[in-house]
Amino acid sequence: MIVAAAALIALLVYGLVAAGESTTLDDAVRRGESPKAPDRELPKLGGGTGSLADYRGKPVVLNFWASWCDPCKDEAPALRRAHERLERAGGTVLGVTVDDSSSDSARFAEQHDLEFPSLRDVDGKLGRDYGRTGVPETFLIDREGRIVAISRGMIDDDFLAAHLPKLLG
Amino acid sequence: MTRRALTALLALAAALALAAPAAQAAEPKASLPDIEDEVMCVSCNVALNVAESPQAYRQREFIRDLVEQGLTKEQIKDRLVAEYGSAVLAMPEDDGIGLAAYLVPVAAVLGLAAVALLVLPRWRRRARAAAAAAGTPAGAVPAGPAVTDEELRRLDEDLRRFDR
Repeated sequence: MIVAAAALIALLVYGLVAAGESTTLDDAVRRGESPKAPDRELPKLGGGTGSLADYRGKPVVLNFWASWCDPCKDEAPALRRAHERLERAGGTVLGVTVDDSSSDSARFAEQHDLEFPSLRDVDGKLGRDYGRTGVPETFLIDREGRIVAISRGMIDDDFLAAHLPKLLG
Repeated sequence: MTRRALTALLALAAALALAAPAAQAAEPKASLPDIEDEVMCVSCNVALNVAESPQAYRQREFIRDLVEQGLTKEQIKDRLVAEYGSAVLAMPEDDGIGLAAYLVPVAAVLGLAAVALLVLPRWRRRARAAAAAAGTPAGAVPAGPAVTDEELRRLDEDLRRFDR
């Protein structure tokens, strides 16, 4: 009986630790390090598959979004402008849709003139790799595939003005 | 009976034989109320049947479209998972703390079985020892206290009263 109780407690502790919010990337960026950006092959909005590796050697702003997310609507113009600047430098904004049907995502992208590509994180595994806790969240990834800035929430022009030069420089 | 009539009869019998199991196997038509209490509103993390967010309305619309297309409940659930991920099913995740939801019942059953294996033989031994001490064979119900004359008299009296 004692063994069973100990096993149950161990399982619960493991569960809490494993499900705990990952702050590894944030801590590393805060320390001035540039951790390697996690990557997975995912279905692409509109068909086919894609991953961060497709943009190797290019600056990327990775943005988790969903059509039902109001802050995602609010940050759409800033992302559009960021994509225009990145495109000129050979880079891109790479969207990642979360908990969203492909038709709703496609409609949202059309309504907000989002011309950048988006992947569909259907099982949420990429989000877990990034320690995502909500949407929107944004990760600035340099040409070496390393994260140089993180926003756990809506981004604006001030955030992009402060961090985008790290990618474009 | 001509050969043509016989062939037609055989074809009819074969068609009926094929149609009967298909009709039996046909699943009942899916409906929104039947599905929405088994799936989650993915943005609000509550069951879809109690969710009132714009996303919940979109998910209901998505399900209604699939119901109208004639898909079965399981096919609709598969499409929901393909669109929204496994989080749309009202099931715990298979890692982290969600894993406990699957492992704890199994562990509990195994634990109870182990306890039963340990305790039952001991109880049986104790019952045999008690029976041997009382002089009755194991499993036999021991006789109760003897009925007194006074109790027999009261019983007869009660029975006579009921007969009246």
